[in-house]
Amino acid sequence: MNRESLIFERGASGRRCATFPNAGEMTTPIPAGMKREIPPALPEVGELELVRHYTAMSRMNFSIDTEFYPLGSCTMKYNPRVHEKAARVPALAGLHPMAEDAQPALQVIWEMEQILMAVSGMDGFTFQPAAGAQGEFVGISLIAAYHEAKGNKKKVVLIPDSAHGTNPATAAMCGYTVRVIKSTARGTVDVEDLKEHLSEDVAGLMLTNPNTFGVFEDQIEEIAALVHGVGGLLYYDGANMNAFLGQCRPGDMGFDVVHINLHKTFTTPHGGGGPGSGPVGVKNALLPFLPTPLVAKVGDGFKLDFDRPETIGKVSSFYGNFGMVLRAYVYALMLGAEGMKRTSEMAVLNANYIAKKLDPFFDRPKQAQPMHEMVFSASRQKKANGITATDISKRLIDYGMHPPTIYFPLPNVAPETMLIEPTETESLEQVDEFIEAMIKIAKEAEETPEILKAAPHDTQVRRLDEAMAARQPVLRWKKE
Amino acid sequence: MNYTPHTDADVQHMLQTIGLDSTDDLFKPIPESLRLKALDLAPGISEMEVLQVVDGLAAQIAAQAPALSFLGGGAYDHFSPTVVDAMISRGEFFTAYTPYQPEVSQGTLRAIFEFQTMMCELTGMEAANASMYDGSSALAEAVLMSVRINGGSRVLLPRSLHPFYKQVIETYVKGINLEFVEIPWTETGGMDIDVLKSEMNENTAAVVVQNPNFLGVLEALDEIGDVVTPSKAAFVACVNPISLGVIRPPGDFGADIVVGDGQPLGLPLAYGGPYVGFFTSRDEHLRKMPGRICGQTTDVDGKRGFVLTLQTREQHIRREKATSNICTNQTLCATAVTVYLAALGPQGMRDVGELNWNRSHQALDGLLALDGVSSKFSGPVFNEFVVEVDGKASEVLGRLREQGISAGIDLGRFYPELDNCILTCVTEMKTEADIARLVDVWGTV
Repeated sequence: MNRESLIFERGASGRRCATFPNAGEMTTPIPAGMKREIPPALPEVGELELVRHYTAMSRMNFSIDTEFYPLGSCTMKYNPRVHEKAARVPALAGLHPMAEDAQPALQVIWEMEQILMAVSGMDGFTFQPAAGAQGEFVGISLIAAYHEAKGNKKKVVLIPDSAHGTNPATAAMCGYTVRVIKSTARGTVDVEDLKEHLSEDVAGLMLTNPNTFGVFEDQIEEIAALVHGVGGLLYYDGANMNAFLGQCRPGDMGFDVVHINLHKTFTTPHGGGGPGSGPVGVKNALLPFLPTPLVAKVGDGFKLDFDRPETIGKVSSFYGNFGMVLRAYVYALMLGAEGMKRTSEMAVLNANYIAKKLDPFFDRPKQAQPMHEMVFSASRQKKANGITATDISKRLIDYGMHPPTIYFPLPNVAPETMLIEPTETESLEQVDEFIEAMIKIAKEAEETPEILKAAPHDTQVRRLDEAMAARQPVLRWKKE
Repeated sequence: MNYTPHTDADVQHMLQTIGLDSTDDLFKPIPESLRLKALDLAPGISEMEVLQVVDGLAAQIAAQAPALSFLGGGAYDHFSPTVVDAMISRGEFFTAYTPYQPEVSQGTLRAIFEFQTMMCELTGMEAANASMYDGSSALAEAVLMSVRINGGSRVLLPRSLHPFYKQVIETYVKGINLEFVEIPWTETGGMDIDVLKSEMNENTAAVVVQNPNFLGVLEALDEIGDVVTPSKAAFVACVNPISLGVIRPPGDFGADIVVGDGQPLGLPLAYGGPYVGFFTSRDEHLRKMPGRICGQTTDVDGKRGFVLTLQTREQHIRREKATSNICTNQTLCATAVTVYLAALGPQGMRDVGELNWNRSHQALDGLLALDGVSSKFSGPVFNEFVVEVDGKASEVLGRLREQGISAGIDLGRFYPELDNCILTCVTEMKTEADIARLVDVWGTV
């Protein structure tokens, strides 16, 4: 049996896994022109075959459960098993979104809103966005609705050069022109450059804090005052909120709109790329524009409030990824105030420890004290031996660890970047093992660079031809 | 309870290495004025206590829930084989990240590649992406893509489109100016093709069809295709995928983009999410597609492997010029759908389709034999249908609830003229006894 087969290359015609009760006679026939005569070419496999296939496939993945995963900006912390258990409790997992007996589900959403308000310093939340990027879309749409209601004609959204790609893509989706603000040698927003870009045209500034260099924007109060001064609003991209959970709040920094990635800070599992959840919080002035419906408390109960005349509308078929909100709720209840503070403390401790230990071996483009993550560069290795961030990251796989995020921040901001975020759930021993591996790789880069160039060596596949994949797209399996 | 493994000795050792005196010093970069004095939250609790909280919520639902529910309207109660949750519960799948490092993400990438293949097979289309958030946002992105394809600015939406989906489309397109035209339904419950014909013009970017539509009625895709495909407007279909084992797919009728929600294919109701959107199109539009796409390639040894591809469309490369801002999508849900379809195969999809068809028609026939219940629309239905009752739908539904039956959705909530109409859904999960009970009790209220 070839464990490299796709499911379509397994099985045999007529073989079955799931079966159903006999449907009986079709008393009302399906109209001839609507009836499917040619069945979809789906796999025909037995149950054991299916289980072996997907189990074998799962083992081709690195995951938090199996490997250290210091993927910067992604906050790959441990995903507690109790969350999965809670999300599978039948009464909650089986609850229909139009059910009339949904009080407990509304209670979870409402209580989670109170928790996020306490943590962020905002005045209200929507849970509709299914991910950070959809949260950004909601957030910028809210800013647009606010300006429209005020009669403001604003066309520009400002974004720092170190921002995540979703920021400019979102602003453009909402019809705004994007202007880029430079960062300083410390990696923070260049306030002088910001001032030059400020005008009555500016609808808002999108900012991640700490930014994607892992550096806290310590001039944030001045930045907020400047943007507010021209009638603009501040958008907080919560991708990096794990850095200061319980230590400070975007609402106190002057942010008007925030999104929080529950799949990062509140550790709902990433699932290989979703489902996530990106709730959006706002200050009072923007509450009327939040998506419909919102959960409202009425006496001792809760209701879905659809009566929202100024709403931007809706971004989810129903109320967002409730299953993920429930997981995050369980996490928040278990952590409580002290657990949240401890979480950010240990996340920042792990990051600073790594930064200190690796400083002699790799360049760190921005020399400020990092928060929960830091950016190293392979520029020294590249200059000396032609070794790139890719080579280092692929070699790390040979040492049994997932690579950091590479080439982000982008090459025009800093060269050969490696964004490292250990998270708080990793032990000192694991962090030390990572540091040792990185130091070994730095030595290999000098002594045996060819080993790095050819890495990884022991994976199911080795370096893949990405150019060919794009040039001659093969996007589905076909019978030969 | 928290999940940090650090002992006091670890913390001391690490602080010393860094050269800081206390954990508080770790937050020195934050201006003192911004430091939070106290986080206003309750103390943490143990796993045992949190499960008691969750069990309490579940018990509350169980105590109030009707014994029988016939709710549909965009979220459906279907059977999911045990292997589906068993496979996606493997930590290697659910605790992995987006497959940016393909050498150590082949499991996820293969699952996506299989998903894309299955979505093409189901819908009769040529290309699929790795997934969208849900059916409604997939449909909204399909409308945006139509505008990218042909530059039109008019979008024709059926009045019978799921009202929540319509709201999502309207929200998504605010950044570009589009004109929406509503196409009414006829007495069949299907789209009025004459109105559709008269509303088509050269500015039309997209014609949206939902099949079955929100009224449960199957549309005449052949006639709609005949109107739309000769024009430059995109033919966009939103389908319930579980119907596609027995119902012809839009790809057979010249659709340009076919989307939908994968929830019926093995995902729990979960009070509205997480679900998964699927997005398929024809090859010629490939580079206009939103979202992640997985493609096949080879490694340095010539061995088959898979990568995320066509990334020059995407936000992390194209930034403000990207086709969409989507980043994290719904991969684990797509993996569940993939396992579901592998478990069912063509025969299982046919069986489940026929069961849905038969059970819903059995219920419909039974209800129509009652006094005071009549058929509202004459068109064919798959697993959902509309009946007209004497008096207000809300009152009839209320009386049925008192008897432990949630018999459907009050359509007056979405269409004032249908306030005497109920949308009832019957899937394979309803036994013949359940259906008999629905009809018996309905006859007494």
